Amino acid sequence: MSQRTVLYDHHVAAGAKIVDFAGWEMPIHYGSQVQEHHQVRNAAGVFDVSHMVVVDIRGEGAQAFLQYILANDVAKLKVSGKALYSAMLNPEGGVIDDLIVYYLGEQFYRLVVNAGTREKDLAWLDKQKTDYAIDLKVRDDLSILAVQGPQAIATVQSLLSESDRKTIDSLGVFFGVDVAGMFVARTGYTGESGYEIMMPNDRVGAFWDRLLAAGVLPVGLGARDTLRLEAGMNLYGSDMDETTSPLTSGLNWTIAWEPAERDFIGRVAIQSEQDAGVKQKLVGLVLLDKGVLRGHQKIYCDAGIGEITSGTFSPTLGKSIALARVPHDIGGHCEVEIRGKRLAAQVVKPVFVRNGKSMLES
Amino acid sequence: MSNVPTELKYTKSHEWVQTNGDGTVTIGITDNAQELLGDLVFVELPEEGSVLAAGDQCAVVESVKAASDVYAPISGEIIAVNVSLEDEPEQVNSDPFGNGWLFRMQPEQPEQIAALLDASGYSDTLEA
Repeated sequence: MSQRTVLYDHHVAAGAKIVDFAGWEMPIHYGSQVQEHHQVRNAAGVFDVSHMVVVDIRGEGAQAFLQYILANDVAKLKVSGKALYSAMLNPEGGVIDDLIVYYLGEQFYRLVVNAGTREKDLAWLDKQKTDYAIDLKVRDDLSILAVQGPQAIATVQSLLSESDRKTIDSLGVFFGVDVAGMFVARTGYTGESGYEIMMPNDRVGAFWDRLLAAGVLPVGLGARDTLRLEAGMNLYGSDMDETTSPLTSGLNWTIAWEPAERDFIGRVAIQSEQDAGVKQKLVGLVLLDKGVLRGHQKIYCDAGIGEITSGTFSPTLGKSIALARVPHDIGGHCEVEIRGKRLAAQVVKPVFVRNGKSMLES
Repeated sequence: MSNVPTELKYTKSHEWVQTNGDGTVTIGITDNAQELLGDLVFVELPEEGSVLAAGDQCAVVESVKAASDVYAPISGEIIAVNVSLEDEPEQVNSDPFGNGWLFRMQPEQPEQIAALLDASGYSDTLEA
């Protein structure tokens, strides 16, 4: 019983190869994953990410609830429309999911969580909300498009009226705003500028058609993965899950330790892990030899053994890159075992490409 | 529909075999295989001079999505490999039956070639 987004027929019409993704029939590519990747780095592409889950949280207890269930602190959100990236932890400090939360007004927040974790996330939210005066509403009436690339902002704006254009032209990074019956946010999962746009299901088809008519090309989930990996962004289920701590998943920056008196789920566990000394970390790898890094390949260095969590060939860099969970004291180089051979790799900060440019030091 | 040239022989694992007229054969992966894999980014070729039995894993083709093994369709010795694929693996996508060839073999038991699938037999496996 797989599901389809409202845009399914549009994908087929655009030549999509459809695959199952978390129970959804989604486009993996529309002909060439690599061309779609370059389209986003060089111009503009549109992704249908309507399978992701939007949850609106309203009520007097909304802020306190989110302060309790998220490792980042929504009290940082003081201006309407501002967004925050956070992990949602279990009591053992494992990552239940990563999400974006938007502050939309007094007693009103919006979460966007992963499609693959939908059922367990909703069950978890439901279980934790009992002591809070809040109302949860899953917004399956909304579709989501991500329009990404150096020309994305100008192209989306060209489809809006003059006054609507002004409204979103001043939108800062990681802010969203209601405009023309849509919720438009300066967020994304590619390392390029662009928007993520939520709109009613009955309007998304027409907006998709207008984007394509304006020269934006459709991009599948295949390129979405290579783009996010080049950008050094984690993928839930690959780079972190319920058995891994945010401290070994490159998510330290998303944990709000202050104020110290804020009690959030998982705090005690990750605090004691921090106090004991974190043993591993998530790093970037660049393969120096020929080949392709893939998930679960073993890493060898003087400090011990690690494992690749996500690997691919980087179309932008023309070499293979990966995220890997490795011993905390790994040096600048390591070896990766691929089909029984050990190949040389360089250890780098886990950001490979930003705004079309290589972040690797040459 | 993918292209299945009638003059070639095939395996169920999507290799094609061309007899060269001098007793040697050229081997690659089919149009259908390259289409399933998507954009190729890396090809690991066998060593020249290595001797293989039919069915031995002997090469790897990797796309952005996944790695896939290539098997020796027949027994024999590897006498040449397509080194141009090291820098331009995308030739397997653009010209799977031509410039995208993988390696050449000197068959040890030439009768194995006749036992491979013909074009219609291979096409049947794609529809199954």
